[in-house]
Amino acid sequence: MSAGGGESRSSGGADRRDEAGRAGSAPGTQPSSLLLIGTLGLLSVVAGVAIVLVHGWAQPRIEAHQAAELRQAIEEVLGEPQRYETRWVADGKLLDSLPAGVDSSEARPVYAGYAADGHMVGYAVPGQKPGYQDVVKLIFGYDPTSGKVLGMKVLESKETPGLGAKITSDSAFIHGFDGVLAPIQGVKHPAQAPHQVDMITGATISSTAVITIINQSLEAVGPALGGSSARAASAAHAGDGS
Amino acid sequence: MTDKSGREVFLRGVWEENPVLVQILGLCPTLAVTNSVENAIAMALATAFVILGSSALVSLVKDYIPSQVRMSGYILIIATFVTVVDLIMGAVAPSISKALGAFVPLIVVNCMILGRAEAFASKNRLLPSILDAAGTAAGFSIALLLMGSFREILGNGTFLGIQVMPHNWEPWVIMILPPGGFLTLGGILMGLSWWWQRGEKKDVAVKPRRWPNGVRAPEEERRSEMVA
Repeated sequence: MSAGGGESRSSGGADRRDEAGRAGSAPGTQPSSLLLIGTLGLLSVVAGVAIVLVHGWAQPRIEAHQAAELRQAIEEVLGEPQRYETRWVADGKLLDSLPAGVDSSEARPVYAGYAADGHMVGYAVPGQKPGYQDVVKLIFGYDPTSGKVLGMKVLESKETPGLGAKITSDSAFIHGFDGVLAPIQGVKHPAQAPHQVDMITGATISSTAVITIINQSLEAVGPALGGSSARAASAAHAGDGS
Repeated sequence: MTDKSGREVFLRGVWEENPVLVQILGLCPTLAVTNSVENAIAMALATAFVILGSSALVSLVKDYIPSQVRMSGYILIIATFVTVVDLIMGAVAPSISKALGAFVPLIVVNCMILGRAEAFASKNRLLPSILDAAGTAAGFSIALLLMGSFREILGNGTFLGIQVMPHNWEPWVIMILPPGGFLTLGGILMGLSWWWQRGEKKDVAVKPRRWPNGVRAPEEERRSEMVA
């Protein structure tokens, strides 16, 4: 852990001694610019090497944490599938791998989850949109055959503690998304129709952001995932009328 | 260096010249990340690592850095330690690293650290510099813990995530929001001022301000200039 730091310390000390001996600047006189540039340059090189060493150690671990976090989120919103595969949605088509020449910013990843008997549980779809304070990032499970949202988990948000932050902690709100028909409509308590979700009192903007992210993401990738997203939409509107 | 002076160097940073409570330095992290005790501890540890490392390194290389570039050199050293801390935190404690967000990289501009490097480590040998940095780090940690405890207990009803207030306690949400940081710091400073001035008679002239080690009072500065 301290290997990088310790190295920079000892080598920094030794190098500096050499340089000072060579330059031999007398106290009180103005040292040459070359010495000043050289000192800072040498210091920068030592600092750079130290950071590279620590980065080499830390980066794989940071990436492993991020991957583990994503895997856990996917398992949570799809109800513990046995395994999942990454697919890409680009130009309204579902692809098994990122096509050559397409930038990953133009294609959206979705994660197809499979149960132990091999049938597909649904897709985990990540999405993001500005909330009240900052961008809210979440992932939700979606079953294209029934047109239902399977679950929702907020991955990242900086909403107001005690109010908007409830979108990550209020279990009644979070479980309100389990099995709700898409597109979702946010309502004040209580939700009655199968496409309605209770919003959090005092956190309307944050709750609406979550619902909008899901609806907009489904608008973007829903057709590509196939199934009955169109039927789900019409069912939702029928529910409106009743 | 005798044992006693070493203890004095350490204790000065902890209490008499506490960076936050007396010198009012390093307020950005003090106000921003003390909304929970856990965040306060993480920030205190990260800052302690940076200040110990940079003070030790500055005192080792002080004779080899020309004084014209010493500030840039010290900042470079501090920034390196901060980057290292940021990477290590991301690797070993991702959730805390996420909670502290941009405030870990911002340790670079915590003037408390550059202050110790310039005012003490650049003029003293390794061991006193480490003691001085440890004292300052301890003083900073005490201030952060105080802030974090008040804010988490009042604002969330918990201490380190454990419920300590009765369940019918309605949390004062404002305490974990930014205004709560200002209110808590103001309250603590007010309490300390009262403590320091207790028993003093009101009509007695105000005691001259004690200036932190290495900082000269303006009038003293003027006097020395006139002599020169």
